[in-house]
Amino acid sequence: MSLDLNSKPRLAAGCRMGENNNQRVLLMPERALRLHGPSLEIVSRCDGKHSVSQIIGELQLLYSKAEPHKVEQDILGYLDLLQKERALDFEAGAV
Amino acid sequence: MPNTVQNPLALVAELTHRCPLHCVYCSNPLELQARSSELSTETWSRVFKEAAEAGVLQADFTGGEPLARPDIVELIRSARAAGLYVSLITSGLPLDEVKLDLLVDAGLDHFQLSFQGAREETANDISGTKSHQHKLRVLEWVKRYRIGLTLNFVIHRQNIDELEEMLVIVKGSGAGCVEFASVQYYGWAFANRERLLPTRQQLDRCVERLKRAEEELQGRTRIVFVVPDYYAKYPKPCVGGWGRKLLLVTPHGEVLPCHAAPVIPGLKFENVKNRSLREIWECSEAFQKFRREDWMQEPCKSCDRRAQDFGGCRCQAMLLTADATATDPVCSLAPQRPKVDAILRQINDHSAQGTGSAATPITIQSDKIQWLYRPNPS
Repeated sequence: MSLDLNSKPRLAAGCRMGENNNQRVLLMPERALRLHGPSLEIVSRCDGKHSVSQIIGELQLLYSKAEPHKVEQDILGYLDLLQKERALDFEAGAV
Repeated sequence: MPNTVQNPLALVAELTHRCPLHCVYCSNPLELQARSSELSTETWSRVFKEAAEAGVLQADFTGGEPLARPDIVELIRSARAAGLYVSLITSGLPLDEVKLDLLVDAGLDHFQLSFQGAREETANDISGTKSHQHKLRVLEWVKRYRIGLTLNFVIHRQNIDELEEMLVIVKGSGAGCVEFASVQYYGWAFANRERLLPTRQQLDRCVERLKRAEEELQGRTRIVFVVPDYYAKYPKPCVGGWGRKLLLVTPHGEVLPCHAAPVIPGLKFENVKNRSLREIWECSEAFQKFRREDWMQEPCKSCDRRAQDFGGCRCQAMLLTADATATDPVCSLAPQRPKVDAILRQINDHSAQGTGSAATPITIQSDKIQWLYRPNPS
């Protein structure tokens, strides 16, 4: 499945960020996902304001030593996974 | 060696054993705890704080019916204040729009609504209460809020053929998740097992249909299917392993590794009134009992899967073999597996003539079934 780069992901109903023992987690119905490094950077930008392409751009700057194309592919893969887990909704972006 | 014990991740808060429903597979113990012995609001609030401090992320409010607690709004608020993610596992009775609004306002994260069938007659019969129509109304109200929503269909021989109609309810609900949870045979379900176990043919049809439903609902509703483990090849890693992920607090404060643990003779459970949750988790005898691998017999002891399923369920081993340290007899490698096979043979041979083809789902006259309904505690 291909994501619309202009769409704006936000956490789905019933999903929110939490913290326990200084560890950030994504809390979801019946599940939780530990967030660190890139996964934390991605999920904290899923706020309904950043578009997918903005998230990619910001992380390419943040991880400037990594191959930009690889960063993009990793982000798209991760967003796709979170959508399958029903952790994200994608709001259609203005074209 | 307390420092080698992993943190608990989930707290199952059994707030009360009182319930307006009388489901024939209820997971509550046959001996229900009375209202007069239930923990106070203050004690539960302390338990939530202690749980969060011990590493727990999620609190599942269940029962009985958690809404039967008059302080439910306060309990949700205090669990949220402690930093927990709060799920309400409910029948939707008794609930009206005003109360729902208060629950959401208090910080409820996730609403899990149980269904006993897709047809009113079946659902009411299974729950021993006129409840189905009200659940459908509750579903409409919940849809107005942006909170997590899971539908839970508890399935068994009497309702598994209503799957198509269940999927219609799911599709109209917008739920993020639906669980088709096969009855597991403990408590009241164990007592009613002969009338609840599905036939192999029913189960195969169900699995086949859910495969297609997964494609139909992809990206909208996640489907979770819980197989009836008597039909499985390997046992379930019950509660994620004994004393590894989850702890349960009963209405009067006992801390259990799982809801069925009291069926194991000789286990001593400690109470939150006397000791902190972390101490109980780390040191109590009941949690230590099956936490590691030293209790295992063959074939578990040398099995490659022992770190995956931890030998299966201790309570099921107890119920079916009278030995809590035996390999879970649903395991195809278990020496006692023939006991489970005999039960399945009885179910499948017995209902062979009435099962029909895939095109004609069987209907069973429910008024001919002698159920053992759970009562309400005093």
